Amino acid sequence: MTTAMFGAPVQRKEDPRLVSGNGRYLDDLGQGALAAAFVRSPYAHARVLEIDVTGAVDITGVIAIYTHEDLDGKTAERLPLLIPHPSLTNPMTGYCLVRDVVKHVGEAVVMVVATDRYVAEDACERVKVDYEQLPVVVGLERSRAAEVLVHPEAPGNVAAHMVQEVGDATAAIAAAPHRLSLSLRIERSASMPIEGRGVYARWDSDEQSIRLYTSTQTSTGVRAAVAAKLGMPLASIECIAPDVGGGFGVKVMHPWPEEVLIPWAARRLDGEVKWVEDRREHFISSAHERAQLQEVEVGFDDAGRVLGLSVRFWHDNGAYTPYGIIVPLITSTQLLGPYKPGAYRCEFFSMYTNTVMVTPYRGAGRPQGVYAMERTMDAVAAYLGLDRTDVRSANFIQVEDMPYDHGLLFQDGRPLIYDSGDFPASLAKLKALVGWDDFASFRAAAEAEGRRVGLGIGCYVEGTGVGPYEGGHIQVETSGRVNVSTGLTSQGQGHQTVFAQIVADELGVAIDDVFVTTGDTRRFPYAVGTFASRAAVMSGNAIALAARKVRDKALRIAGDALEADPADLEIVEGVVRVKGDPESSIALSTVAVLSNPLRYAFDESATVATQFVGRGNSLLSDYSKPPVAEGEEPGLEGRDYYSPPRATFANGMHAAVVETDPQTAEITILRYCVVHDCGRMINPMIVEGQVHGGVAQGVGGALYERMVYDDAGQLLNASFMDFLMPYASEVPHIETDHLETASPLNPLGIKGAGEAGCIPVSAVIASAIEDAEGFPITSMPISPDELWDLRRRHAEGLIPGLRRGS
Amino acid sequence: MTEGTQTPGTDAEALSAEPLVEITLRVNDVLHTAAAPTRRLLSDFLRHELRLTGTHVGCEHGVCGACTVLFDGAPIRSCLMFAVSAQDHAITTVEGLAMNAVQQAFIECHGLQCGFCTPGFLTTITAYLQENPAPTEAEAREAISGNLCRCTGYQNIVRSVLRAAEIQVLRAAEIQVLRGAEIARGGDG
Repeated sequence: MTTAMFGAPVQRKEDPRLVSGNGRYLDDLGQGALAAAFVRSPYAHARVLEIDVTGAVDITGVIAIYTHEDLDGKTAERLPLLIPHPSLTNPMTGYCLVRDVVKHVGEAVVMVVATDRYVAEDACERVKVDYEQLPVVVGLERSRAAEVLVHPEAPGNVAAHMVQEVGDATAAIAAAPHRLSLSLRIERSASMPIEGRGVYARWDSDEQSIRLYTSTQTSTGVRAAVAAKLGMPLASIECIAPDVGGGFGVKVMHPWPEEVLIPWAARRLDGEVKWVEDRREHFISSAHERAQLQEVEVGFDDAGRVLGLSVRFWHDNGAYTPYGIIVPLITSTQLLGPYKPGAYRCEFFSMYTNTVMVTPYRGAGRPQGVYAMERTMDAVAAYLGLDRTDVRSANFIQVEDMPYDHGLLFQDGRPLIYDSGDFPASLAKLKALVGWDDFASFRAAAEAEGRRVGLGIGCYVEGTGVGPYEGGHIQVETSGRVNVSTGLTSQGQGHQTVFAQIVADELGVAIDDVFVTTGDTRRFPYAVGTFASRAAVMSGNAIALAARKVRDKALRIAGDALEADPADLEIVEGVVRVKGDPESSIALSTVAVLSNPLRYAFDESATVATQFVGRGNSLLSDYSKPPVAEGEEPGLEGRDYYSPPRATFANGMHAAVVETDPQTAEITILRYCVVHDCGRMINPMIVEGQVHGGVAQGVGGALYERMVYDDAGQLLNASFMDFLMPYASEVPHIETDHLETASPLNPLGIKGAGEAGCIPVSAVIASAIEDAEGFPITSMPISPDELWDLRRRHAEGLIPGLRRGS
Repeated sequence: MTEGTQTPGTDAEALSAEPLVEITLRVNDVLHTAAAPTRRLLSDFLRHELRLTGTHVGCEHGVCGACTVLFDGAPIRSCLMFAVSAQDHAITTVEGLAMNAVQQAFIECHGLQCGFCTPGFLTTITAYLQENPAPTEAEAREAISGNLCRCTGYQNIVRSVLRAAEIQVLRAAEIQVLRGAEIARGGDG
């Protein structure tokens, strides 16, 4: 039997190429293309009065300068509203180039195309744009006050207002033995992949077609959007995601203005045009996430059981809402985590501000929801003087409650029903891993040395693998090479490896013979995209189903050739053989030859499938049957799709030990522990890597990263000098343990793992700092100077202390 | 709107008002000469004039380290240097590392995910291990603390540094064995 690949820590197939400088990222392509650069608005809210390009046109090398007036057809119209929702009553999207009024710093106003990027940027500097500045809305408080409107079409600056309620939360809270209210804040961060966005388009005037490369998380989505905008047949546009240098959500938003403008310009200029985003552009003209103000009311009993929970929050969606209300909707539903509150009400307002728009960033609203819930759990424990894990245990959904229906609608428009998970077991593992019950003695020892330490915890449940579907196609070549394709894209998750692992097992071939292509509409045109921890679940299962089809077909053909019942056959290391009689066998590559009856022999191996020589072949010598049997197709290949009834829910629990410096309030993470359950793991090495990366982003969001806007809407820290992404020196060593609760929803029993690591980190760090300091932490991220200020206010009696249960 | 008729890639000199200079660099032990404006960054020169696209650009302000190359053996940020300033110097890019111990270790330890920052780590660590061939875990972490990675959380990069040190020792031992065998064979003749 072939060694099982599924579940093995297989080294990545992509790595030899990527460590040798042989990756092909967007800016590595199109070396001869014209270069585009953009004049972007320096103001957050202003009317464009006049654009004067006279100083720029004569620069040698400038090919074209475009403003909104030059756009034609649908390119001149607003960008699409990607995800409409009935609660999104005032959706607003921008234009490819600003039409009249800019709504945030960084919006594209003018596009310059030149022979060289340096020249294009020279020209941008010489374009003069006159603006009439308008009053600016920055921050949720000013958005709520609505003294100034971001869009006159959106009264009160409200894009969306939504309420979901299960039971009568208000009455349950009123009737509960204990009640608490919390006001919480969480700030903006961003995906911030090291490779920014980029687009490269080649117009083929002979074929009247476009080949479009874009650093995206959804090539099928971009293709459809560009076809619609450019008024071209879908068949005339190919869209390819090359190697993508990180995504983390920001690249699933589409079409970006540049994704429309670059192919538009390529067609117009009859050539090739490329645009590669620089770092400042990424800060001010892509997307951010996270900022919310939250108000929680909770009613609970003596054991800390939540009887009623009511959450109201305000979500800063920035200037536009092309991605709908996905982020706040996820916050409002995933807030519940592993718990079952007696009654739950959630109300949110999605608010406009004159800032970069908000679209999903790894976790996509979950970090905020988990933060609200876990801050609440800690507050309940402190109020009752109970151990924080006991309060969580008292509220856990139990294994026997699965599947558990929350009675809410999830982000995919389907019921929020947890399929599986063992929360008590996860908590037990976490407590063992971090040494929860021994922490008191650790703290005592630290305090004896004059040190201040705290222990924090955070639990989450993550809906992964949302639909609607993904597909897979597998083709076995006559050489034995197995080509696998799926439409969704890769940004470093190792899809070329994990999908090959699945195919190797399902088909019985060596992993070295399996070659996976993702995100290329030439190879697989039907797909959704890589987001919501869905790639392994969706494409993994689709590819497994396709492999089973190919296997069945191979066994049918081999059965004829070997005169054996297909049920008696097996495929081992690329050879079909009779079980128990390995001598009676045929190579899969030969089966591939036989699957395609030939007139012309292209090489020696092919002669067995030709019409005269093939007569010795039992498949081709029965004249009563056509060469291609009824119901069959030529070729050893198969295609299948996976479309789940609903999402599958992964979960995890994190704990951290932090030390806060008694003098400087510097915060150091001493230990970080993760227990993670994403069902059956295809490749534990890759899952661990995903967890590590997620935690690092979570640490950034908890302690370092924030988007600092001034009152005029200028992003003051739009560079890596000032936006503090963690280096290795800031990220702790991460200790992990896994639970594998198989999902009953899909053939492989898997759940997504991509986002998990970052989801509870702000909650965990807040919990640990609070535990160290003895007063509540209600605003994240937190810096040493903020903690120092909290200490001062606590000392002055302005902030009450906490009862410490554990 | 303004649209001209210039076409790219025909004659760079004619299109550009900027004077071009001949720049000669020794890159990965091969002499390369190309014409570029004096303001061309070394990173762009390597990537676009020499088509060595393994060196990546992540921030263009010298913070992320993705563009790190070895300049006469020492790591530098190629986005912070003009190509003309590197005239006559020796540059090593990721393409020149020839599957060294660091690259091998990154594969074994899952030290990369998207791979975009990776060339900068590989060059940085290659130079570091020459200074300190047997780092502790804390030293390994310190050594990579000038480069940004958004995917890995650094843990497997730290492991990769330690593993690369081991592989260097193993490879050196293998070379010793091979040399010994050669000498032995020579003795027979």
